Amino acid sequence: MELLTPGIGLIFWQTVIFLMLVGILSAFVWRPISDALRSREQFIADSLKAAELAKLEIEELKEDNADLIREARLEKDALLKEATHVANKIKDDARAETSKITDKMVAAAKATIETEKKAALTEIKNEVAMLSLAIAEKVIKKNLESDKSQKDLVQQFIKDLKTN
Amino acid sequence: MPRIPKLSNKVLIISILSTILAFSNVGNLLAADDKNDVFNPAELINHHILDDYLWHFWDGHYGTLYLPVILYSSDKGLIVFSSHNFFDANHNILDYEGYRYEHGHVSSVDGGSFIDISITKNVLFLFINATVLLWVFFAVARGYKKNIGKAPKGIQSFFEPIILFVRDEIVKPNIGPKYERFLPYMLSLFFFIWFGNLFGLMPGAANLTGNIAVTSILAIFTFVLTIVNTNRNYWKHIFNTPGVPWWLKLPVPLLPTVEIIGIFSKPFSLLLRLFVAITAGHIVVLSLISLTFIFQSYSVGILSALITTFINLIELLVATIQAYVFTLFSSMYIGMAMEEEH
Repeated sequence: MELLTPGIGLIFWQTVIFLMLVGILSAFVWRPISDALRSREQFIADSLKAAELAKLEIEELKEDNADLIREARLEKDALLKEATHVANKIKDDARAETSKITDKMVAAAKATIETEKKAALTEIKNEVAMLSLAIAEKVIKKNLESDKSQKDLVQQFIKDLKTN
Repeated sequence: MPRIPKLSNKVLIISILSTILAFSNVGNLLAADDKNDVFNPAELINHHILDDYLWHFWDGHYGTLYLPVILYSSDKGLIVFSSHNFFDANHNILDYEGYRYEHGHVSSVDGGSFIDISITKNVLFLFINATVLLWVFFAVARGYKKNIGKAPKGIQSFFEPIILFVRDEIVKPNIGPKYERFLPYMLSLFFFIWFGNLFGLMPGAANLTGNIAVTSILAIFTFVLTIVNTNRNYWKHIFNTPGVPWWLKLPVPLLPTVEIIGIFSKPFSLLLRLFVAITAGHIVVLSLISLTFIFQSYSVGILSALITTFINLIELLVATIQAYVFTLFSSMYIGMAMEEEH
């Protein structure tokens, strides 16, 4: 059967051509293709991993942000409280200061009034004395004749003034 | 493949109708057929599936391509000449330089031995197959150089899934972790067989992958790769198969004998399967076409054309399946040879 007997020529050429084909294709085709495929697969795997990492990072950042916001709020509250406190203190201090000053002023005014009053009184006393003297002079001038009664009267006046 | 059954239904209906038509005509045909020019389908089929020193396309002066004959013998040395020298102007066969051409064979007139490495139809087809493979896959490889880090384009995107299929579905699972060393061989094997099968289906093409010399060499390469890569565990399995009763191994080494036969029957099955599948396909197609000329009837012609079309579609499938199977079994045999003890 010719169909089943391999021809020596075709065996020779098939061996040569197939070996050459495998050699050339391996060196210039399969190797670069395999490398390209592998590097692309690596790239895709890396990209997926990087995306996963980025996602985690964003998650973390979100958490950090929330923390930051919470902290900021707390700080703001504390600051506000302190500010209120300081403001109140300043107000209280101012009030105290003011009242002190007013008290001082009132006291000074009182003292001035006292001195003025005293001066006025003295003046009044002097005026009264002068008036009394004038009266006395007039009385004396009028009642020069009843010596004794006038003397008593003057005495009486003076006594009254002293008690005043 | 949801399309094939649909198509086969249609083909079935058409073929049944045509068959009825055909048989209604047979009576006519038998009465009319008394020509001297007897058609011999066996000769036609053999002519197509066997190798030859010329490539016949059609009858006439330019219809035949005469291929170079290369012969070497110790007494005459190396001779290279065109096979046209075997024919005279009236297409009668002549002897040339002491060699004779008959029935697609070259023999020595004096009966001396010689080596024949002629560029026959199959060898020329082998060159064509190799050239197309190189041309196509250099284009594919260029695509990878051009589109680094980008999606594949054009011819590259057509072959990439096939390359990945061979790598991920055939080679990787069957050879195991050391698969990368065998990947270039397996890819070359797959595409050589696939392209050869497909080219063989074209009209007038040679039956390259259905030639036993070609399939033998492919099987021998796989066999050599298997033997070179065997490990201790593989030989232990052959000579002292674990897990079988001792009386199968001693005193008559029954199982070792079977295993040793197995070493050789594996590549033998490879070469036979591809050869048979492709040659049988060609024979079926050619037989169906021959029916037309046997019956010399238009209705048989229509019928056989339809069936041939359908068979050709199946052959396209077979071409791919055989390439897949050859590569798959090659991978499995190498994988088995390298398997570690477990």
